[in-house]
Amino acid sequence: MEKTWNNKAWFMVLPVLVLVAFSAVIPLMTVVNYSVQDTFGNNEFFWAGTDWYVDVLTSDRFWDALTRNLVFSAIILAIEIPLGIIIALNMPKKGLGVPVCLVLMALPLLIPWNVVGTIWQVFGRVDIGLLGHTLEAIGINYNYVQNPIDAWVTLIVMDVWHWTSLVVLLCYAGLVSIPDAYYQAAKIDGASRWSVFRYIQLPKMKRVLLIAFLLRFMDSFMIYTEPFVVTGGGPGNSTTFLSIDLVKMAIGQFDLGPAAALSIIYFLIILLLSWIFYTVMTTSDAQS
Amino acid sequence: MNFSWMAWTLPTALFFITIALLLVGMAVWEYVSPGGNPRVGILRFETTRGDRLFVSLLGSAFIHLAWLGLGGPNLWWALALSVVYAIGVFRYV
Repeated sequence: MEKTWNNKAWFMVLPVLVLVAFSAVIPLMTVVNYSVQDTFGNNEFFWAGTDWYVDVLTSDRFWDALTRNLVFSAIILAIEIPLGIIIALNMPKKGLGVPVCLVLMALPLLIPWNVVGTIWQVFGRVDIGLLGHTLEAIGINYNYVQNPIDAWVTLIVMDVWHWTSLVVLLCYAGLVSIPDAYYQAAKIDGASRWSVFRYIQLPKMKRVLLIAFLLRFMDSFMIYTEPFVVTGGGPGNSTTFLSIDLVKMAIGQFDLGPAAALSIIYFLIILLLSWIFYTVMTTSDAQS
Repeated sequence: MNFSWMAWTLPTALFFITIALLLVGMAVWEYVSPGGNPRVGILRFETTRGDRLFVSLLGSAFIHLAWLGLGGPNLWWALALSVVYAIGVFRYV
């Protein structure tokens, strides 16, 4: 079929261009402008050049927060991806159990981030929280307000509770799309449970797993609300991730120049990682 | 219309004008030679010239950041390195 050429079609993309301009391009340009200047308010700015970038890139504060972000994301992925696969493999494939399990799995995903944070903040408290009080009652010294390791464990368990369901649902969608003929052929060949997983289920889940991996990495790398509500970045700075540090810098200290420089660096890191994951996903798709 | 809240400066305006000119240049290039010239380079996956521009700009940003973090505030050498890097990307990626 011959394509028709109509310049009026450009009007169809105009709304999205306007939307992207106002929600992304203009704010980003403004942040770039802020990142090379200093201000004390009243809309007055003073040229600072690349000083804020040098300050951020040579500060321990930035590298420590970035390391925390990377470690947190690595731990989250190492737990949630295998756990999600195991749960999806053990979910019922037919009968009443299917809708029950799907609804149960979807429930944590429906809860807003700040509510999840509040739930776990109360849940973990030693004086009134079920988790904190129970752990104390059985002799485990747990206090996420004072102990950095307890704070990290709380945040990790909270994230696993909140987001493993997403991995489960994606893996389950991949699993139910495998035709029965594959399993019948494996049964005839006498394939073991592990062989069925390794050579049938895992390859068929590869695409959804890559999506799950990408989504969970991006979300965990940009995490803000839950740790802010539960620990506020503490004790000390032990759970201060880049996003929390950025807000402290911009709103707490009103250091708009350094905060803008940090925003640009943070944005570039996320852009690079997104591009790498996107390229891996699309290349893998093309090869399969 | 008052844009003073965006805190524009001449260097940042020149920076964004350069980016805009690059995009216009790519659009003209696409108009003259449609299809994006897809090919498989040293990274072993297919890239169009738009992909190569993206990789060049993103890589240049990190070259500048690395220079600022390790070398100091004088960015002319980082800019020269970025131009060489971009030529390499458009030639071999």
